[in-house]
Amino acid sequence: MSSADYRDPATVRRLLDAIAGTVSRPWTLMEICGGQTHAILRAGIDRLLPPQVTLVHGPGCPVCVTPVGVIDQAIALAGRPGVTLCSFGDMLRVPGSRTDLLAARAAGGDVRAVYSPLDAVAIAGREPGREVVFFAVGFETTAPAAAAAVRQAQALGLANFSLLCAQVRVPPAMAAILAAPDCRIQGFLAAGHVCTVMGLAEYAPLVERFAVPIVITGFEPVDILTGVLHCLRQLEAGQARLENAYARAARTEGNPAAQALVGEVFEFVARDWRGLSELPDSGLGLRASYADFDAVRRFGLVQTPPPDPGECRAGEVLQGRLRPDLCPAFGSRCTPQRPLGAPMVSSEGACAAYYRYRGQAA
Amino acid sequence: MDGACPLPLDEYPVVLLAHGGGGRLMQRLLDGLILPTLGVCAGQSLHDAARLDELLTGAAGRLAFTTDSYVVRPLFFPGGDIGTLAVCGTVNDLAMAGARARALSVSLILEEGLPMHTLWQVLSSLRQTAEAAGVRIVTGDTKVVERGRADGVYINTAGIGAVPAGVSIHPGRVRAGDAVLVSGDIGRHGIAVMARREGLQFETTIESDCQPLWPAVAAMLDAGLDLHCLRDPTRGGLASALVEIARQAGVDVLLDEAAVPVAPPVAAACELLGFDPLHVACEGRLVAFVPAAQAQAALDLLRSAPGGEQAARIGTVRGPGGQVTLRSRYGIDRSLDMPAGELLPRIC
Repeated sequence: MSSADYRDPATVRRLLDAIAGTVSRPWTLMEICGGQTHAILRAGIDRLLPPQVTLVHGPGCPVCVTPVGVIDQAIALAGRPGVTLCSFGDMLRVPGSRTDLLAARAAGGDVRAVYSPLDAVAIAGREPGREVVFFAVGFETTAPAAAAAVRQAQALGLANFSLLCAQVRVPPAMAAILAAPDCRIQGFLAAGHVCTVMGLAEYAPLVERFAVPIVITGFEPVDILTGVLHCLRQLEAGQARLENAYARAARTEGNPAAQALVGEVFEFVARDWRGLSELPDSGLGLRASYADFDAVRRFGLVQTPPPDPGECRAGEVLQGRLRPDLCPAFGSRCTPQRPLGAPMVSSEGACAAYYRYRGQAA
Repeated sequence: MDGACPLPLDEYPVVLLAHGGGGRLMQRLLDGLILPTLGVCAGQSLHDAARLDELLTGAAGRLAFTTDSYVVRPLFFPGGDIGTLAVCGTVNDLAMAGARARALSVSLILEEGLPMHTLWQVLSSLRQTAEAAGVRIVTGDTKVVERGRADGVYINTAGIGAVPAGVSIHPGRVRAGDAVLVSGDIGRHGIAVMARREGLQFETTIESDCQPLWPAVAAMLDAGLDLHCLRDPTRGGLASALVEIARQAGVDVLLDEAAVPVAPPVAAACELLGFDPLHVACEGRLVAFVPAAQAQAALDLLRSAPGGEQAARIGTVRGPGGQVTLRSRYGIDRSLDMPAGELLPRIC
């Protein structure tokens, strides 16, 4: 099948018919990944599904879950003379407590959007007089490249490269959502691209502990509807299993080479998440043997306590407790032009998806 | 590029600050490189301002005037360069008002250190594109700024065009029932520039769509078609152009996602980078609002114009309002808006 086949309207229709024929009562499923959320809103999948099926949007936007305090650290670094701050484009317009990285650039900071952490290493090699910091945000998908960048910088003997590391892991966030006393999620569509790296093993304990079906799901309409169908079949049959509906890309064992690279450079650390507070083992931090590449250590950065979120209810949105368009500020006091929180500004954010695909009157 | 830079490169291989000083060196740059490359005839002395009487004599009807500045990085990209853009952008803005460009001003802001050969290449493109678009370069200006204060060359062009008698093209004429057409596949320019700027390699080289649009507009006007509104979807892409027109005209537009032509390599690049092709810039495409009864005739003409093979009817004006709605391949309607700001590559 070509990628166009995964958007084929006739296949989508057949899957919708199968879903309608499967579902007999209301079910609430969470899609983890912000990319899936956007695909769902963009194609209108939530409106094509039978009314008994509710899709709740998960915390799977790496930009959105990065806490304000770390963004403030990045902005502060960008303002230092001699420092070049590199990150993925998405990260540049997310507000910190007072400003964002694009504004820091406009104020004279050297802030550059890169496509890969390796691009930042190349900059460090080309400009030895500057301290190049890569602001490493993202889930398991971006961690191997961040690890490769550190290894490469070490191999090249670059003393002017470091990571401001905010890498996070998906399974601890899923566990936190499921462990909440009022959790209403009955099934998960897990992010397929995370599994292409990490494999399926990390999800089995969640299925067992919380008795919830988890279906590994891709990002095209046909993928997402297949994931929904498999999840619903389990739920209707009273089952809770781990299923891979994205076998074309995600193998059971994932990508062992990438995992080895991540394991060599990073270790599990507790990390603060926007909306979910601090979760044990939910972050990746540089191992002691790579501490020289830690920007926090190199620049003696301290994290200030997170500011009061004010009117922004991003935390509830990120936990699937509040649909973005039901936030009182949505579309009026909070828009992509004047965002109150990260989910409205990030291209993967749930609030941005509702605003973009439903309009401010969503 | 045929020919060679007419200035002796061994003498001044790069632009110096002194080239902008107004003295002999500047005169030498003008007489030796800029004017001859732009095709300003020898002996055609430049006054402080151009007189346009001759150019505009016989141009019945009204005049149109526009200006734009070009700051593209990199200066050269597949399918064009900043010189091509600086002409196409301005003559196309005139064409969107139904005006045939007659006279163009070219104002150059050069960065100290710019290779003279690069300047010559840009000027040659400017001239060739102006010739292809049938417009004369009649006046201009040159400044040099210190190294590090510009990306090589910035160009401002302003253009004067003549609107044929009886032609009236503006959003106020858009009516319910009008067909919405696009003159070719969208998003090539934005992706071509970004791919070159960021050093991204795709299997197929994506060439910019940059080209003058007047021939397509002239063909439709000559055929007697009643063009209600035209717009070239540059920055902000097709989505922004349609949203702008819908707001200005106070009408609702229904856009059919499946009908919008996007070249597969552009679609693939957008997918990779997390962009919506509807938001990616074009430089040689137009959106036309025409009476539904004339839609097929307009499409036939657009398809026979250069680069117009993919011209398509992509939507319909529904009635009063001011919104653009996109109907997805699955029959779901969603509102279409302008992008929030700079297009930035996504994270995963």
